[in-house]
Amino acid sequence: MIEFLRRLFGQPGSSATAKERLRLVLMTDHLELAPEMVEKMKLDLVDVISRFVEVDRERIDVTFERQDRTLAMLANIPILSVNRPNGNGNGKVEPEAAAAPAAAPRKRRRKKKAPAATAPPLAGPPAAAPVPAQ
Amino acid sequence: MHHVEPALELEESATAAKLGRAIVITSGKGGVGKTTTTANLGTALARRGARVVMIDADVGLRNLDIVLGLENRVTHHLLDVLEERVTVDDALVPDKHTETLFLLAAAQSREKDDVETAKMQALVTSLRERFDYVLVDSPAGIELGFRNAVAGADEAIVICTPEVAAVRDVDRVVGLLGNRFKPQLIINRLRPQLVKKGKMLSVDDVNAILRLPLLGVIADEPEIIVTTNRGEPLALRAQTATGAAYGAIAARVAGEDVAVPMPAAAKASLAERIGSIFGGTRR
Repeated sequence: MIEFLRRLFGQPGSSATAKERLRLVLMTDHLELAPEMVEKMKLDLVDVISRFVEVDRERIDVTFERQDRTLAMLANIPILSVNRPNGNGNGKVEPEAAAAPAAAPRKRRRKKKAPAATAPPLAGPPAAAPVPAQ
Repeated sequence: MHHVEPALELEESATAAKLGRAIVITSGKGGVGKTTTTANLGTALARRGARVVMIDADVGLRNLDIVLGLENRVTHHLLDVLEERVTVDDALVPDKHTETLFLLAAAQSREKDDVETAKMQALVTSLRERFDYVLVDSPAGIELGFRNAVAGADEAIVICTPEVAAVRDVDRVVGLLGNRFKPQLIINRLRPQLVKKGKMLSVDDVNAILRLPLLGVIADEPEIIVTTNRGEPLALRAQTATGAAYGAIAARVAGEDVAVPMPAAAKASLAERIGSIFGGTRR
């Protein structure tokens, strides 16, 4: 009787189950990775992106798709705001950040040329710290 | 809609010396119908007038002779030729039904590892000089037996049934073959009635994953069992739907741009339909 009702309401047959099992088994075959590793990769990926924009960690979707002979990783990561999650954005520019060039080049300059006198505006290490603690 | 790609070009594989084409028939998984397909494709190609030799590379489990009804005519086998006990002409068995079709049987009492890959390759190459098609029936698996079957071939036909395990294994085999063999797909043992009910993977389901040029689709018909029992490939009977399907596969292999015939779901009788509404078999 349950079978009859299922058929009446168009419950998918076992071919849908087969398709889904096949999809998953091939995904792991192709990656030759355990599913835990895929999950860890996803988290690491999100950590990197979170350094630049604020993302919705709950709704991240990472899938793998075969395109011709290669496997593609497709990540759907909803962005909540383009502000840096640490609050260093939104127009509220920190005074030292306004005075100095962008964070990344400054960091590089500090690394390579800190002893030299080629960074006149902010030579002192505390002021040059790229990410202010908040 | 399934995608139908034009069959691969003939000229590409044949060199200036007009060598025949060496095609390995493989699947990874066992029991999906490699041997039956080889026998029927060989028959269908030969009935088109091509000179065809089939090599049973399943050393230790010789079966192709049975499917063709030639088991009583085999006097020498593949290893006799490779180990130079007899010439290849001594070992070739002419088919009963089709004039330009020949079989080189596998050795039943030997092992797959006894085959020397380089010698197998040389044999296939020498046969390509004399035949339009050299069809190599590969054993199941991806070990040495498979590698020997592939040695010397320049094209591959992969056989897949609409099952998770078979698709997975074909996926693996296609990965191992790489692009050099231009693998093409035959979907075997399809049951259209089950596909219609959503109880079996469809042609599109399978090829959405494999994404291979589709050569043909063969339905799971009782008449295949009957003809195999008799040792007469169904391809001999072009008037049957399955026989015609093998004919279309042969035409596509030969480079003709013919459509892939799709097995139709037979109309269920009224009694069957009522039976299926009231608690038919669950799968």
